Amino acid sequence: MPKDNSIKSVLIIGSGPIIIGQACEFDYSGSQAARSLREEGIKVILINSNPATIMTDPMMADKVYLLPLTVESIEQILQENQIDAVLPTMGGQTALNLSKEADELGIWEKYNVRMIGVDVAAIDTAEDREKFRQLMVKIGMAVAPSRVANSFLEGKEFAQEIGFPLVIRPSFTLGGTGGGFVHSKDDLDAALDRGLKASPIHEVLVEKAVLGWKEYELELLRDKNDNVVIICTVENLDPMGVHTGDSITVAPAMTLSDTAFQEMRNKAILMMRSLGNFAGGCNVQFAQNPETEELIAVEINPRVSRSSALASKATGYPIAKIAAKLAIGYSLDELKNQITMTTSAYFEPALDYVIVKMPRWNFDKFKGANDTLGLQMKSVGEVMAIGRSFTEAVQKACQSLENDAVGLGYYGKSLMKSDELMEYIKTPKWDRIFRIKDALMQGTTIKSIVQATGIDRWFIYQIQLICNMEKELATYSIDTIPADLLKDAKKNGFSDAQIAKILHGDCTDDQVYEKRKALGITRVYKMVDTCSAEFEAKTPYFYSTFEN
Amino acid sequence: MPHTKQPAVLVLADGHVFYGQAFGKTGTTTGEICFNTGMTGYQEVFTDPSYTGQILIMNNVHIGNYGVKDSDVESNTVKIRGLIARNLEEQFSRIQANGDVDNYLKANNIVAIEGVDTRALVAHIRTKGAMNCIISSEITDVEQLKAELAKVPDMDGLELSSTVSTTEEYELGDAAAELKVAVLDLGVKKHILECLVQRGAHVRVHPAKTPLSRLKEFNPDGYFISNGPGDPAAMDYAITTVKDILEENKPVFGICLGHQLLALANNIPTFKMHHGHRGLNHPVKNIITGQCEITTQNHGFGVDPEAVRKHPDVEITHVNLNDESIEGIRLKHKPAFSVQYHPESTPGPHDSRYLFDNFVSMIREHKQ
Ligand SMILES: Nc1ncnc2c1ncn2[C@@H]1O[C@H](COP(=O)(O)OP(=O)(O)O)[C@@H](O)[C@H]1O
Ligand SMILES: [Mg+2]
Repeated sequence: MPKDNSIKSVLIIGSGPIIIGQACEFDYSGSQAARSLREEGIKVILINSNPATIMTDPMMADKVYLLPLTVESIEQILQENQIDAVLPTMGGQTALNLSKEADELGIWEKYNVRMIGVDVAAIDTAEDREKFRQLMVKIGMAVAPSRVANSFLEGKEFAQEIGFPLVIRPSFTLGGTGGGFVHSKDDLDAALDRGLKASPIHEVLVEKAVLGWKEYELELLRDKNDNVVIICTVENLDPMGVHTGDSITVAPAMTLSDTAFQEMRNKAILMMRSLGNFAGGCNVQFAQNPETEELIAVEINPRVSRSSALASKATGYPIAKIAAKLAIGYSLDELKNQITMTTSAYFEPALDYVIVKMPRWNFDKFKGANDTLGLQMKSVGEVMAIGRSFTEAVQKACQSLENDAVGLGYYGKSLMKSDELMEYIKTPKWDRIFRIKDALMQGTTIKSIVQATGIDRWFIYQIQLICNMEKELATYSIDTIPADLLKDAKKNGFSDAQIAKILHGDCTDDQVYEKRKALGITRVYKMVDTCSAEFEAKTPYFYSTFEN
Repeated sequence: MPHTKQPAVLVLADGHVFYGQAFGKTGTTTGEICFNTGMTGYQEVFTDPSYTGQILIMNNVHIGNYGVKDSDVESNTVKIRGLIARNLEEQFSRIQANGDVDNYLKANNIVAIEGVDTRALVAHIRTKGAMNCIISSEITDVEQLKAELAKVPDMDGLELSSTVSTTEEYELGDAAAELKVAVLDLGVKKHILECLVQRGAHVRVHPAKTPLSRLKEFNPDGYFISNGPGDPAAMDYAITTVKDILEENKPVFGICLGHQLLALANNIPTFKMHHGHRGLNHPVKNIITGQCEITTQNHGFGVDPEAVRKHPDVEITHVNLNDESIEGIRLKHKPAFSVQYHPESTPGPHDSRYLFDNFVSMIREHKQ
C-alpha cells in the first residue's frame, strides 16, 4: 500500500542554533525531508529559529517561519495553517523535545495534527539509560554492567562491585555534564561527589568502562512493514572512550569479518524491533572486545541522527529523504534507489572506496578548555574524505582540515622524543594521529603504539605504510624521483605540496605537479553510486583519485 | 611497498589489458571473470565451490584486512581460479585469525593481481558482460597471454559440479535424529549442511552422480539439491535425478544450482546471464508473505521468467526487486521449493534463514 493520502500538509521542525554535537547535519536532513515531501505534492511548512540554514531558504518549503522554537510559535503556526502532520525527527533532540512538550500540552490533539515518523515511547526508552539497560537485558543483549546510585555510599559500593575503570554518568544533566571516567580508587570520591552534585535528582549511573574496545555504528532504515536495511557501518578508529563525534571514523568497517559483522547486524535489528514499531531511521552503537569478539550495545537512537548525514554522504543513500517518504506511508520496496533510479531503495549500499571522517576542534578559541577527548563531544565540525584506499582517504582528510597539515605524511615535525611521544599518545587528544605518525617515523613499533592507544593494529600498519613511503620519498629530489614511486605516492594520498616538502633540495608543489603531468600521473574521477559500479548511476557524485 | 613488487597483467577476452602487481602465487591462471560487491566475507567467497572456474574481482577496495580463519570456509580449499583486487593486505587486524591472505593464497596455489583499477574493470564487465580472462605474474607478453586465453573453454555449456562434488558419501548430524535428509552434492557449501544439522536433521551427502535408487537407501524424509558451479543445462544426469526425486513426493529444497535444476526438471529452461548477480545486498521480495529480505547471491545462470510464469504447476514465491528476475519457486502439487539466492548466507545477512525452518517444518508435516 503506497503513501497515506490523508496527509496533505506537514510541519517540519528545525534544530535551531548550531551547537557542538548538533550542527549543520540537521539542516541537511531537514532540507532533504522538505524536498522529499514536496516531491509528493505535500505542502511543507517549516519552523526554525536559525536563519543561517539552507532549509529556511524561501524556496525550500511552501512557508517558512523564522520563529523561536517554542510551543507558542507552534500554536501560532497551527492557527495560521491547516496542518495534517508534524515530522519531528529531522531536527535532532531540539525538535523532538519541542514536539514532546507540545504533545504533553495537548496541542497536536487540539489542532488534529498527527506526529509521523516517530515513536515517542521508543525515544524515551532509548534516552533513559536505566530503561535502555533493562530492555537490553530482557532481549538478551549484553551491555556494560552498571548500577544506579542515589548516594555517595551506594556509589562507592557499586564501584567496588563493578571494578575500575568506571564511567560515572549523572542523571538528567544536559550533554553529559559532570560525568567522566574514573581510572582508579583514588579518583573515585571526587568523581562521585561531582556527579551526584551535577544531577538535579542526586543520582548517578556507575558503569563499567570498556576502554580500548572497538567502537562501531550502524545506520538502519525501517518501513511500516518492518523491512529493514543497514545503510552504513562505520568503524571508529579511536576505541571506546572517545565519543564517536570526536573519533576519526571509517566506512565501510575495515576490521570486521563477516561473522562478526552479521552478529552486529542481527543484534542491531533485534534492538530496533524491541524498541517499538516506528518507520524511519535508527542508529545503533556497539563496542566489540577485540580479544574475544564479544559484543555489547552502547546506545540506540531511534531517529535520524547526527551520523545519518555522514552515512548518507558516505554511501550516496539519502537517508533523510527516504525516511520522510517512509513517514508518510511508503514501504522501502515501493521506492527507487535515488542514484540509479532503476533499482530498488530496499537494498544495502556497497562501497568500492574508503570514507574517512576526521573531526575538527577549535581548542585555541576556547582557552582553558580541557583538550582531552572523552565521553562528551568537543569537535566543532568535521571533514569527510573519499579515497580508493585508507591511506589515500586519511591523507585527504588531513589535507582538508584547514590547519597546517598538508597530509598525514608531513605536519610540522613534533619536537618530542620517542618516550615522551609514547606517553603523550596514551591520552586521546586532537593531534593524536599526527603524533602516532611521529612515533612511527622515529621507529616505534606498531605493537607498542597499539598497546598505548588501543587503536586496531591494521590502522597503525596503514600509517606505517605512509611513513615508509615518506622515508623513501625523502631519499630523492624532484629530478631523481622515479615515476613509479611518484605514482604510488599519489595513490596513497600524498599531496603535491606534501611531496615537495619531503623531497630533498628546493622544490615547489608546482614543480611536482608539472613533473607528474609530464609523466602522465593525473587524477581520475570516480563515482559514489551506492552499488560499487554494479548498476549504471543517473545522479551520482564524484571524487578524484589516482589509478594505474 | 607495492611499487617494488613484481608486476602482473590481466588480459580480457575482448583484448582489454589491465596492469597491477603480483600477489599470492607467482604464475598464470585463466577462467571466467566475475565480480562480487560484498564488503565482508572474502574467505567464504574464495572457498565457495560455486566459484569453481571463475576469476573473481572483489569490488571492495581492501581485501585481507582481517586475515583468514580456519572456521570461515565453505569448503576445504580455495575454489576461485584467480583473484583481482585494488588493495590486498598482508597485515591483518583480527586476533583470532590463523594467518594472512597472501600466504593463504600461496598455500592454495592462487594467482592474484592487486593495484588494478577494479572500478573501471567492473564497469567494463557490467557493460560488456562476463568473459574469459587470464592473469599472469610470469608472462608479461600480452600477445602470448592472448594466445593462452584463446584455449580456455566457454562457461556456457560447461559441466563442473562433478569436479567439486564429494567422491565419498558422508553423514553429518545425530544419526538417531528423526529427520533424515539426503543431500545431492553438486558443490555444496559447508554452512548449508550446518543449517540443516542445526535444525535437527541427520544428513547424508552424496556424490553428484548418485542415482535415486542409492539416495533412497538412506530412507530420507526429504531431499536437498545443492548449489554448485557451471551450466545447469549441461547436467543431464542431475536433471534426471531431480525428476526421479520428484516422483517420490517427498519434501524437496533446492538452492541456487538446485533451484535451476528444479526448474529444468519441470521443463523450464535456464539461460546464461549477462554478468550475473554476486554480492550480499540483493533485494528479494517474498510475494507470499509480502516481507522483503536482503540476500546473498552468486549465480551466472538464471531460470527463464516467461516459462515460469506460463507453467501451470509452478508458482513464483520470490522476486528480485532490482530486475524482477525469478528468485524462488514452488510446485503447486508437490512439496518442493527452491530459491536462486543463498539463504545460508555465509557471507551475508541472515534474513533468509527461515527457509531452512520452512523446509524442516515441511518434512515434519509430511511425515505425519
Ligand atoms: N561504558 C563505557 N566505557 C567506555 N567508553 C564509553 C562507555 N560508554 C560510552 N562510552 C564512550 O562515550 C561515548 C558517548 O557515549 P554514548 O552512550 O554514545 O552517549 P551520547 O548520547 O553522547 O552519544 C561513546 O561514543 C563511547 O566512546
Ligand atoms: Mg553516542
